[in-house]
Amino acid sequence: MTISVRNLTKTYGIQKAVDDISFEVKTGEVVGFLGPNGAGKSTTMRIITCYQAATAGDVVLDGVSVRQDPDNIKTKIGYLPENNPLYYEMAVIDYLKFSAEIQGVVKTEIESRIREMVRKCGLEDEKHKKIQELSKGYKQRVGLAQAMIHNPDVLILDEPTSGLDPNQIVEIRKLIKELGKEKTVILSSHILSEVEATCDRILIINKGKIVANGSSADLRKQAQGNELLNVQLEVNGSETESPKAALEKLPTVMSVQSINGREHYYQIQSKPETSSKKAVFDLCVRNHWYLLEMTALETKLEDVFRELTN
Amino acid sequence: MDKIWIITKRELATFFDSLTAYVMIVIFLGLSGFFTWLSVNNIFVIGQARLDVFFSISFWTLFFFIPAITMRSIAEENKTGTIELLSTKAISDWDIVVGKFLACLLLVFIALLCTLPYYLTVSKLGNVDHGGILGGYFGLVLISAAYVSIGIFASSITHNQIVAFLLALFIGFFFHLLFDLIASGLKGQLGSVFEFLSARVHFDSLSRGVIDSRDLLYFVSIILGGLVLSAAMISRRNWQN
Repeated sequence: MTISVRNLTKTYGIQKAVDDISFEVKTGEVVGFLGPNGAGKSTTMRIITCYQAATAGDVVLDGVSVRQDPDNIKTKIGYLPENNPLYYEMAVIDYLKFSAEIQGVVKTEIESRIREMVRKCGLEDEKHKKIQELSKGYKQRVGLAQAMIHNPDVLILDEPTSGLDPNQIVEIRKLIKELGKEKTVILSSHILSEVEATCDRILIINKGKIVANGSSADLRKQAQGNELLNVQLEVNGSETESPKAALEKLPTVMSVQSINGREHYYQIQSKPETSSKKAVFDLCVRNHWYLLEMTALETKLEDVFRELTN
Repeated sequence: MDKIWIITKRELATFFDSLTAYVMIVIFLGLSGFFTWLSVNNIFVIGQARLDVFFSISFWTLFFFIPAITMRSIAEENKTGTIELLSTKAISDWDIVVGKFLACLLLVFIALLCTLPYYLTVSKLGNVDHGGILGGYFGLVLISAAYVSIGIFASSITHNQIVAFLLALFIGFFFHLLFDLIASGLKGQLGSVFEFLSARVHFDSLSRGVIDSRDLLYFVSIILGGLVLSAAMISRRNWQN
C-alpha cells in the first residue's frame, strides 16, 4: 500500500507543526522519521492515522484520502502511538482480543491472530498478566502486538524501541525489518543508529519541513565534503624532506594536518571529488616507509543530523 | 452495533475487575435499603405497601452515584492517551461514546435489579400498585440514563476524574433541583418552561405510573444531547486550527 503525503500542513494557533511537507512511501519500504523533539514527526503520524485532521494538504493511501474515508483507512493501519498508551488494568490476552475485535478481525481468526502475535512479540510467559504488571519493554511489545493484530498493510510506529533493553531492541528491529518486506512501515525515532539499522530510507524533519530524504548512504554522501584520511607512518629517518611536506606535494592532496601533535600521524584532506589513498600508498612504497594506518573517515549520521537540524 | 457492544463489554469488565461496580452497588443498596426499611420514614411507619420511599431515595442516591460511575469513562482515556489508540482504530467517536454510555447504564440497571427483593417483599405485605412500581422503575432507568449521559459529557471535556465528577454533579444539579426551584418562584410562561426542564416533575409523573410522551421526549433529548456533545468533544482534536 502506497502512502502519499501531499503538501501536508498542520497549524496549532500560530505555530506551524507541519509545514507543507510531501513525500511518498511504497509497499515493502521501511521509512524512518528523524528529527529533534517537536519537529512534527508525531503530528504527521497522527494525521496519517486519522487521529488529527490536517489544516491543509492531504494523505492518500492507495488512492483513498484520509479526508474521504477514514473508517476504511483505519482498518488498514496499525498504529503504535508515542508513549504507548494501553489499558493497564487489562490482561495482555484480553487486550489483544479487544483490539482484534474492534479492528474487525473475523471471529474465527481472532484466536490464531492472537497466538501469532504472542509468539512473534515474545509474550508467551506474560500473556495472562495484567499490562500494569509488565516491565516497560514488555508493555512496548504489547503495543506492537496490538498494532499488528489485524495484519494491517501499513504500520505507523512512533518510537517503537523506546524503553527497550539492547537485546530487545535487536529483536524488535528484526521484527520490523521482516514485516517491512511486505508492508509499508513508517517509524520515528531520535536514535540515529536505530533508524540506520532498520530503515531503507530516512526522512529528516526539522521545524515541520523535510530537510533530507534518502538512504543513509545518500545522506552521508550528501553531507560529506572531501575525502578525509587518517594516516600513520613509520619512517626510516634517511629522507631529505619531512613526510608532511612530501604528502602535501601529492597532486590530489589539499591539506595535511598533524593529529594531536603525534609524530607522523596525519589527517589528509583530498581535493574535491578525488581520492588520495593510492597516491599515499605509492609514496610510502617509493620512500620505503611503513604504512601503519590508513583510515577513511566516514561522516557519521549524527553529523548529518546535526548539520541539517541546527 | 457490534463495535458499540465491544466497548460496552470492556467497560463493564473494567467496572467489575476494579471493584468499582461492587462498591457502588453496595453503597447504593445500603443507602436505599436503610432509608426504605430502617430510617424514620420507613415503609412500616407509613403502613402502606408502596415503594414511594425507595423511589424518592433512589432519585437522590442515583444523582450522586452516577457521576462516580461516569467520571472515569473518558477522562481517564484523555489522561493516559488511550483515547488516541482507540480513535485510530476502526470505530467512530459516536460508537465509543454510546458504548461507554451503555456500560454505565447497565451497571446502574444491575444495581436497580438488586432492589427487586424490595418489590417482592412489599408485594407480599399487601396490595401493591404494580403499574405504579413499574413506572417508578422505568422513571429511575430514564433519569439514570439522562444523568449517565450528562456524566459522560462531563468526563469527555477533562483529563481529571474529580473535575468530571464535580462537573457532572453541577450540571445534574440544575435538572435535579434548581430548575424546579426556579419554576416555583416564577409565574406564567417562563415558570412552565422551567417546570418542563425539571427532571423531578417528569420523574414524579412517571412514578405515578403514567407514561406520557412529553416525559419520554424530555429524557430522550437530554440523553441524545449529552451523547452528541460527548462525541463532539472527542473529535475536538480536529477543531483546533
